[in-house]
Amino acid sequence: MSGAKEIRGKIKSIKNTQKITKAMEMVAASKMRKAQERMRASRPYAEKMRNVIAHLSQAHAEIKHPYMVEREVKRVGYIVVSSDRGLCGGLNVNVFKKTIKHMKALHDTGVEIDVVPVGRKAVDFFKRNPGNVVAEASQLGDSPHINDLIGSIKVMLDAFTDGKIDELHLISNTFVNTMTQEPTVLQMLPVSGSTDETLKHHWDYIYEPDSKEILDGLLMRFVESQVYQGVVENIACEMSARMVAMKSATDNANDIISELETVYNKARQAAITQEISEIVAGASAV
Amino acid sequence: MAMTTHVDIVSAEKEIWSGEATMVFAPGIMGELGIAPRHTPLLTRLKAGEVRVRGQNGEDESYFISGGMLEIQPHVVTILSDTAVRADDLDEAAAIEAKQRAEEAMQDKNSDMDFAKASAQLAEAAAMVETIKKIRGRR
Repeated sequence: MSGAKEIRGKIKSIKNTQKITKAMEMVAASKMRKAQERMRASRPYAEKMRNVIAHLSQAHAEIKHPYMVEREVKRVGYIVVSSDRGLCGGLNVNVFKKTIKHMKALHDTGVEIDVVPVGRKAVDFFKRNPGNVVAEASQLGDSPHINDLIGSIKVMLDAFTDGKIDELHLISNTFVNTMTQEPTVLQMLPVSGSTDETLKHHWDYIYEPDSKEILDGLLMRFVESQVYQGVVENIACEMSARMVAMKSATDNANDIISELETVYNKARQAAITQEISEIVAGASAV
Repeated sequence: MAMTTHVDIVSAEKEIWSGEATMVFAPGIMGELGIAPRHTPLLTRLKAGEVRVRGQNGEDESYFISGGMLEIQPHVVTILSDTAVRADDLDEAAAIEAKQRAEEAMQDKNSDMDFAKASAQLAEAAAMVETIKKIRGRR
């Protein structure tokens, strides 16, 4: 009966693992629904904000706000959004790969890089990898609040205003559907113009009270809303990626269990056959 | 048919109202604004207060916002509110309580609460109470 006992032990331990992955799958599924609702609810704001900014970039304003002026790129800022926890498949790795690729292309042309990692995984990643970390935000939880992000965003905005960085990018996962999450790079600053033909003629806003103050507030809110949307979307991505990863782990455990059971049955059968032939041999010897 | 403009009221958390309106009233930082269709492009900050939208059949709907931005294009009005809740849903007791809390915090300047934050909260709570009173008065 050699081996049968060990195999039984193995099956038991895999069944325990399966129970855990199954539970994690279900937790992720229910969290995913909430995260998706949150993502959908905050999308209109981010979209409307983008519209307003697009209109604004068409206006022939008397002053050009520094956030809207392209300048020579010497140093680039990144806000990299990741999850706080692991066990969610390739989600974070994909973002980091994209980040590295994007940064390397810039680095080769002699551009320096500042990073603000958001989420514990990104914080850990930039501890091990090159990249000048200027601020960080993590432990945002499942329902992040914009107040938790404002600080680290402000660091980047101030750096841009002071001319320390010349571009600001946001890298995060966009939610395509439950099975697909796409890491994307979004240039937030300087605000790039849109090509809305209907607004081509010469016009400008009336600003109340004055254009500088309004644009400061508006563009700050624009960046904040884009980062917030990125974080909220990333959470929806994290939950669905985790659900899918845990589902495939559970399925894999099932496969291994059924394989091991076959091996176990064979070992058991072999042991019985051997025992019978031993008895028969013993009886015939007497 | 009356001329209309498309109005979107959104807050960071959700879309509040979207549709056609004949008139929009909003609390601009420099004073109350009444916006008719084909208004000239305008950008302004909003302070805490009531936004009123007059729909196509002439009835008004009120929303409370605690500040935000307003963009006007001739055919689109966008209100980017920091937080907006339906004015009818406002709980007056809760608003007054929040106002009291803010006032207490202002008197007790030594407490942890930042003075500027407290006065902002007070202004917001006062505006909320004001909105509720206005709505009550109309009924």
